[in-house]
Parts: sequence; structure tokens; C-alpha cells
Amino acid sequence: MSKPRTLFEKVWDRHVVVPETADAPGVLYIDLHLVHEVTSPQAFAEIESRGLTVRRPDRTFATLDHSTPTLPAGPDGERPYASPEARAQVETLAANCARHGVRLADWDSPDRGVVHVMGPELGLTQPGMTVVCGDSHTATHGAFGALAFGIGTSEVGHVLATQCLLQRKPKTLRVTVEGALQPGVSGKDVALAIIAELGFGGGTGHVIEYAGPAIRSLDMEGRMTVCNMSIEAGARAGMIAPDEVTVAWLKGRRYAPDDIEAAAADWLSLASDPGATFDREVVLDGFAIRPMATWGTTPDAGAPIGAPVPAPRDASDEKALAYMGFTAGRATTDQPVDVVFIGSCTNGRLPDLRAAAEVLRGRKVKPGVRMLVVPGSEAVRRDAEAEGLDRVFTEAGAEWRLPGCSMCIAMNGDFVQPGQLAVSTSNRNFEGRQGKGARTILASPATAAASAVAGVLTDPTTLLKEAVDA
Amino acid sequence: MPDPFRTLSSKTVVLSQANIDTDQIIPARFLTTTSRKGLGTHAFHDWRYEADGTPKPEAVLNRIDPAERRILVAGDNFACGSSREHAPWALLDYGFRAVISTSIADIFTSNALKNGLLPVEVDAETWAQLAAHPDEPVTLDLEAQELRRDAAAPVPFTVEPFARRCLLDGVDTLGWLQSHAPAIAAFEAVREPETAA
Ligand code: SF4
Repeated sequence: MSKPRTLFEKVWDRHVVVPETADAPGVLYIDLHLVHEVTSPQAFAEIESRGLTVRRPDRTFATLDHSTPTLPAGPDGERPYASPEARAQVETLAANCARHGVRLADWDSPDRGVVHVMGPELGLTQPGMTVVCGDSHTATHGAFGALAFGIGTSEVGHVLATQCLLQRKPKTLRVTVEGALQPGVSGKDVALAIIAELGFGGGTGHVIEYAGPAIRSLDMEGRMTVCNMSIEAGARAGMIAPDEVTVAWLKGRRYAPDDIEAAAADWLSLASDPGATFDREVVLDGFAIRPMATWGTTPDAGAPIGAPVPAPRDASDEKALAYMGFTAGRATTDQPVDVVFIGSCTNGRLPDLRAAAEVLRGRKVKPGVRMLVVPGSEAVRRDAEAEGLDRVFTEAGAEWRLPGCSMCIAMNGDFVQPGQLAVSTSNRNFEGRQGKGARTILASPATAAASAVAGVLTDPTTLLKEAVDA
Repeated sequence: MPDPFRTLSSKTVVLSQANIDTDQIIPARFLTTTSRKGLGTHAFHDWRYEADGTPKPEAVLNRIDPAERRILVAGDNFACGSSREHAPWALLDYGFRAVISTSIADIFTSNALKNGLLPVEVDAETWAQLAAHPDEPVTLDLEAQELRRDAAAPVPFTVEPFARRCLLDGVDTLGWLQSHAPAIAAFEAVREPETAA
């Protein structure tokens, strides 16, 4: 009998072109290469300078997301780019794609979206694939049982030219979340709880497999949220074994196989074999997870909403608290919130917007709070508008924008002002991530919406309870 | 292709805080460039400049001569965060050729090695010694994989063997990967007989 293998090992083994040796890494084949405007220009320039072409344009798909304005073009048709450089970067990608025959979800495409929202939506991402992108949140696609990881620009060039990467096999870590999640606890809360447990660098060198009943109970969007944040524990990738939920979600998507039943038999066989071993194992109790929020400037600095900020362990914690303006031993739920951001590849999908709208329906954003809702893709925007979610947001006093990364990375003109406190559904609370001097609390869409209403960080289950009681 | 790297001797710059993320090394608003060059002036931008763009005189990176200090000694979990290769580009353009920490993020390590910036991981005790003595020259010998200081015994470090060879001999990684083109074509032919035919 062959040795039991993990999900990761099965996917890895299928893609080894040349095995690794002591002297050299292996050559790993890449099934899907996603490209965006920020990390690709130097890669296209590099291969062109060598007279090379894109080996598999059919396995390459590009989108515009990071530098793109989320406000519509003016009456003159001009898009409000943050700078001439941002415009040039977008135009450079369009020119590179045109020259190399790479499909691009351009401004006029109904497919355009944040790269990690768009790929799965179109059915480009499938179980058992290797997926890469010059972007650290590529792990998102691991929710489908794909091995998906972020690469640097040099490697983007490698994949463009050869459809392969030089890789050494990473270690494996299984994170099992036991039990059932309580009502009002979302994938984002699970992700923040896992990262708090592992620590910011706790997954370095590893590929995580998320397992257990609490993970299984999440819908595909919730699973994508969990896998998305794997990098925030330092992990290369995060994966979840494909199941019936995965198959049902992919059915009928444009690039998904026509004969999905045949594909599904193979996909379901990817699950880790009983007895497969991992380099490390971590187990969490899902029932104990409460709505989470961060108090520091690293994503692992998270705690249940309302819990007192822990005493600093070191100088870095002290610096984080000083930056955030929070005090050890006190909860952060009394600090006035200036900005609420709902969007990003972590939480910019339809169920995320529904969760936020459910909280906001019939309520108002507190005067003085600026709330921005940015759908993760054109498809999310269409679906949300068809359900009337956009009106729920605008009637509550929030801004409804065009798809893009927006305030997650604050490159496109959407940013938090110096010193302002933001509750954000994105993935990074680093100093200045959402704008110079911006202070970021990471939380779920429901928490962000509840905080917009209350004007302070708020556990959404308290507001939702009110609605039930009324 | 990066310049070959054999040994480097230099005084250091110490940035001792843990978890220095790539948004600190090069804030996202400087990522709209389509070139690899010129990012050094923005390295650690928000640590070095006031909101109005005037340099902060107290910021260590504004006080030192980068030509004299080619090695950055940084706190634990250095360069975590985004995959932006702009981070090693910015550090190199500023003047660094090596980074020493107790732990360095995966993607950054891979990006740094491809650009000729040497990432070196050391134990906490060695790190503390280095952090306390920025003015004592440190030698990083990539051939011997050894960190040397006058006052102390040599400390071994390891660099992934292939990346090490690339740096020592100036091997071109993309060229090497391309040399596997026949194996790649064979792999594709087995998996996608219809495309290959
Ligand atoms: S939404 Fe944020 S994390 Fe996601 S791809 Fe865009 S910038 Fe990166």
C-alpha cells in the first residue's frame, strides 16, 4: 500500500516536472498564473529584454485592481487616477497583455475584479491546481484545494517564460478547528483567531491545511477568507480539501469543466488520506471563537471584541499600542471610529456584503463616520445591486464604489487620513497600510457595519440580537 | 541578473523592532513604478520623512552613510507581509547588500536572493551581540557560510544551496529554468495530449 499523503502532497506530486535534489530546487509546473498591474511590469520587461515570449498565454489571466480608482470616470471620460504613474502602470499592463496575447479583464470587462475574487468567480481556480500570482494573498485560492501561493516579480517572469517555478517542498501544518461556530461568528473571526493562535510568523516555511467541522461548515466565501489570511501567519499557502460544497460552487462557472461530475470524482480524491502526517498540528475549539478584532499593528494581535488589550510582551507591542493609541488592560470599544471599510480580497464577496447589509438595514451610519463599501469584483457589484444591497448601504449613509483593492492597500486615492481610526474588513493592520498614519482595526463585515452604526468598535451579535428582540 | 556575491565586510545599521513588514520597507503608494530602480529614496519612507516630505534628522537611515553600512540588522520576523519585490529593490537601491535577523519571511528571502541581497538568519544570542555593536565590522562569507567578527568565534549560517551557487557564480536563474524546456514540454505533452498534438 502506498504511503498516506496529505492534500498538499497530492497536489504537489502532480506538478513536479523535475524533482528537487540537495543541490537544486525542483521544477514545479504552474496551472494558472494570475497577473495584476503592480507586480508585473518589470517581469514583462525582463522577458522581453531576453527576447522571450509568454509560454502559455492560455494559462495566464490578468486584471486591474490595485491602482484603479473606485470612483467613476468624469464627464470627460477621464478616470480619476491617484497619479500619472498609476495610470501609466495600468496602461503598461494593458499593452503587455495585448503584445503577449494574455487575456485581461480591462476596464470595460464584466469580469474585472480584485485578482483573488475574480479567479474563483470565473472558475479559473479549480481543485488540484497550482495557482500563483505576484501577490501574497494568492493563498485565497487554496480554499478550493488548489496549491496557491504568492511570488515575487522575478518569479512572475519565470512563470511567464516557462510556466514553471523553482521550488523546494515546504513543510506542512494542519490547523483543525473542532466543534461548531456560534451564530454571528464568520470566516474572518475564525481567521483572526487562528492567526492569534499561531502568531505572526508562526506559519513561516509551512503550507497550512485547514480542517475540522468548523472549517467544513463555512461556505466557499468563508473558506476563501480563512485561506486568504494564511500569509498573515507567515505561511506560504493555506488549503482546504474539496468537498460537495466546493463542487456545487464551481458548477456552471465559465472556465469550470463541462463534465463537472467526472472532475468531481478526481477532486474529492485529493483529501488528505487517513493516517497522513503533518510536520506540525494545531487544534482550536471553534465554539470558543467570538467576533474578533485586532488591537495592534500586526494581524496576530487580535482578541474577542470587548476584551481588554493584553499587557505588552515586548518593545514591539509597546510601539504598536502607542501607534494605535490603545491602553493595555482597557477594551478598545470606547474609541471613536472615523472610517469603516468593507471590501478587499478577504471580505469583498457577496455574502460579506450581505452580512454587512443585514446589520445596516433600517439603521444609519453614525454621523461623522465615513463608510466605504467596495465590491470585490464587477460580478459582486452586479449581484449586490440586483439584490438592492447598494441601496441599503447608500440609504444608511455609506459610499458604494466600483470594484478594486481600494483602502486595503491605499494606492488608488482611497485612504484613511493620518491618525484616523478605521475598522476594516481587509487583512493587514500594519502601520500606514491604509494611508500614512492610519490606525487600523481588522474585523469581519458584520463587525465593521455594526461599528459604523455605533461609531465605536461593536460586536455585531449585540445589534443583531436587538433586531430579533424588537 | 544580480552582481555575484562572495564576501561582504561592513558596519551595520540596527533596526531592532520585530515584525518590520514590507509596507514599512516600501509603502504601497510608491509601488506605482514600472521600473526596478530609484526606490532607495523611499526605503522606510514613513520612518524617514515628515508628512510634508522633509527628512527627519533623528531617523537613523538619514544620519548614516549607506556606503559605510551595507548590512541591516533587523528584528525578528523581518519583511513579513506582501510579496512585493520592491522591498529588496528598495533596500539594495538604498545601499544594503545583506540583512541579518533571527527570522526572515519566506517570500522576501526568495525575492532578496534573486536580486543579490543576502538574507542571513542567526540565533538570538548572536543577533543581540550584533545589535549591540553596530560599529564593529561584520564579515559575511557566503562561500564558507560564516559570519565573522573580530571579537567572537565565527557563526555558521545557511543559504539554500542553489541560491548560494547562483550568487557565488552569477548563475542566471531564469536561464537555468529555461534549460529544462524539454522536460517541461514532455510534462505538458503527457498532461495535455490534445494541446500538444
Ligand atoms: S484587496 Fe488588498 S490584499 Fe487583496 S489583492 Fe488587493 S491589495 Fe492585495
